[in-house]
Amino acid sequence: MSVSLPGAGQERFRPRLARRHRTGRIFRYLCLASIAFSVAVLIALLVDVAVDGLRWLSLDFLTRYPSRIPARAGIKSAILGSLWMMGLTAAMSFPLGVGAAIYLEEYSKKNRLTGLIQTNIANLAGVPSIVYGILGLAIFVRYLGFGRSVLAGAATLALLVLPVVIISAQEAIRAVPTSLREAAYGVGATRWQTVRHHVLPVAMPGILTGMILSLSRAIGETAPLIMIGALTFIAFPPTSPMDPFTVLPIQIFNWTAKPQAEFHELAAGAIIVLLVVLLLMNASAIVMRNRYRARRDQ
Amino acid sequence: MKALKLTIAVLVFAACGGADAGDTEAGDETLSGMVTIDGSSTVFPISEAMAEEFQIAQDGAVRVTVGISGTGGGFKKFCGGETDISDASRSIKDSELELCRENGIEPIELNVAWDGLTVVRNPANDWATCMTVDELKRIWQPGSTITSWNQVRDSWPDEEIVLYGPDTDSGTFDYFTEAIAGESGASRDDYTASADDNVLVVGVTGDAPSLGYFGFAYYEESSDRLESVAVDNGNGCVSPTRQTIEDGSYAPLSRPMFIYVKEQSLQRPEVAAFVRFYLENAPVLVPEVGYVPLGGSAYTDALASLPGLAD
Repeated sequence: MSVSLPGAGQERFRPRLARRHRTGRIFRYLCLASIAFSVAVLIALLVDVAVDGLRWLSLDFLTRYPSRIPARAGIKSAILGSLWMMGLTAAMSFPLGVGAAIYLEEYSKKNRLTGLIQTNIANLAGVPSIVYGILGLAIFVRYLGFGRSVLAGAATLALLVLPVVIISAQEAIRAVPTSLREAAYGVGATRWQTVRHHVLPVAMPGILTGMILSLSRAIGETAPLIMIGALTFIAFPPTSPMDPFTVLPIQIFNWTAKPQAEFHELAAGAIIVLLVVLLLMNASAIVMRNRYRARRDQ
Repeated sequence: MKALKLTIAVLVFAACGGADAGDTEAGDETLSGMVTIDGSSTVFPISEAMAEEFQIAQDGAVRVTVGISGTGGGFKKFCGGETDISDASRSIKDSELELCRENGIEPIELNVAWDGLTVVRNPANDWATCMTVDELKRIWQPGSTITSWNQVRDSWPDEEIVLYGPDTDSGTFDYFTEAIAGESGASRDDYTASADDNVLVVGVTGDAPSLGYFGFAYYEESSDRLESVAVDNGNGCVSPTRQTIEDGSYAPLSRPMFIYVKEQSLQRPEVAAFVRFYLENAPVLVPEVGYVPLGGSAYTDALASLPGLAD
C-alpha cells in the first residue's frame, strides 16, 4: 500500500500545458479545415452553376417546352413531369411506408422474423438506385404493362424511397412516449384507437419530415428513370398517369449530352431550378419539425 | 395478380380510348393522339427538330415523343410494338426484320438524310491529317495490337494512341466497323466506348494523341476543338464536308440515315401527318441540325411511294 506523497505526485505530473494546448489547437484547425473543404467544394459547385446558368433563368425558361434552339428552350414539361412524379410517388410510398412502420412498431412481436425484416429494410435503403430501375423496368413497365409512363416511374421511385420512409416513420413512432399509449389503454381504448387518436397525431410531423426528405432524394434521381426509358424529347405536360414523361434531372442529362455550349448553360439553369425546389422541400421539412417541437414544448 | 393486370389493362385501354375520341375522319384539321419515336442518337437531332416543329404546327394537338436508345435498342422496342417510328443510322438487320415480322410488324424504310461518319483527332495531333482505309482498319480491327502512332506509319511519332468510339448499341459503331473492318460489329474492344457523343468529343479534346469517330453533326458543332481526319479510299484524301458527303466522294464513311415507320401505324392520321411533315420539311430542317439532305426529288418520291400518303 503506497500512499503517494503530494510532493512526489507533483514531481511525476508534468502538465506540459503548452504542448497540450498546441495539440488542441491543431485538432481544432483540422476540424475547421474539413468543414472549410466541404463548404469550398459546395461553393465552387454553386458558383460554377450560377455563372453558367443564371443568365438563362427567366419566366420564359420555366414556361417553355424543350427545343433544339437554345433561346427557345424551357423546362415546363420537366417541371410538370417532376411534380406529377413526386405526387404519385408520395401517394404510393406514404400509405405503404407508414403502414409498414405502424405494423413493425405497434403490432408485431419482436422476434427473429421481424428482426430479419428490419435488417433487410435497412439494407434495402442502401441498394444502388439503378437496381430499382432494372426492377421497375421488369415489373412495372413490362410485366404489369404500365409502359414507359409516369405511373411506372413513380412506382419505381416509390419502391426506391420506401425503406427510408419506413425507417423514419418507425423512428417517429418510437419517439412517442409509452406513457401516452398506456394512458389510452388505461381508459379502455383499443389498439387501433390508440394508434389512430394518440400515436399517429404525435408522430405525424416526424413522419412527414421523413417523407419530404425521401422525396428530396427521389426528385434528383436520374438513373432508374433512364433505365425505365424516360430519356426522351418531350414537349408536352403529362395529363394522365399513363402518359410518357420527362423530369428535371433527365432534362439536365439530356442537355449536357448536346454538343452546343448553350445547352450546357441551359442545363446549369435547370440545375439551379432543381436546387431551389430541393431547398424549398428541405426548408418545409425543417419548418414542420420546428412547429412540432414548439407544440410539444408548450 | 392477374386480376390487377387486367384492371390495369382496362384502365390503359380506357385512357387510350379517351385520347382517340377527339379524332375525326375528316383530314388534318383535328388531329390528336401520340406518335412515339425511339432509336439512334445520331438521327435523334433530326427527329427532335421534326417533333418540335410538328407540335408547334399542330398547336400541341398531337404529341410526339423522341427517345434515345441507340439504333439496336430502338429496333428492339419498335419490333416489340412499343413505338411507331424507329430512328436508325444503318439499315435494319435481317435478325431484326425477322423479329418484327414475328410480331406482325411491317417496317417501311425511309432514307431521310446523309451523314459523314467523321474520324476526329486532337488539334495537337498534327501528323494524322489523312489516313487510308487500311490504316484505320489496322488500328480498329479486332485483336489489333497497335498501341502507338509509329506502328501505323513509320514517320509518325512514338506516342500512344488513345481511342474513343461509340458503344456497341450504336448504329454508328455498326456502320464504321462494316465500312472499315469489313464486318459489322468487328472491332477491337480496348477503347473508351460511350453512347454519348459528347463524352467522345470531350475525350478526344482532352487527350492529345487520341483518335475517335462519330457523326458529322457532332464534328461540325465541335470543329473549333477538334480536327477531322481525311480518309483515303484509294482516290486521294477526302475530308468530310457537306459537299463530299452529298456527292458520295467521302467514301466509305458517307452513310444514309433512316427512319423506319410501322406500316400499321401509318394508318393512324396523326402518324401519317407526321411522316408527311417529316419528308416535306427535311430539306430545311436536316441541314439546320447538321446533316446533309437528300438531293433531287428524293423526298417527294419517298412520300409518293407511301401507301395512303400519295397526293
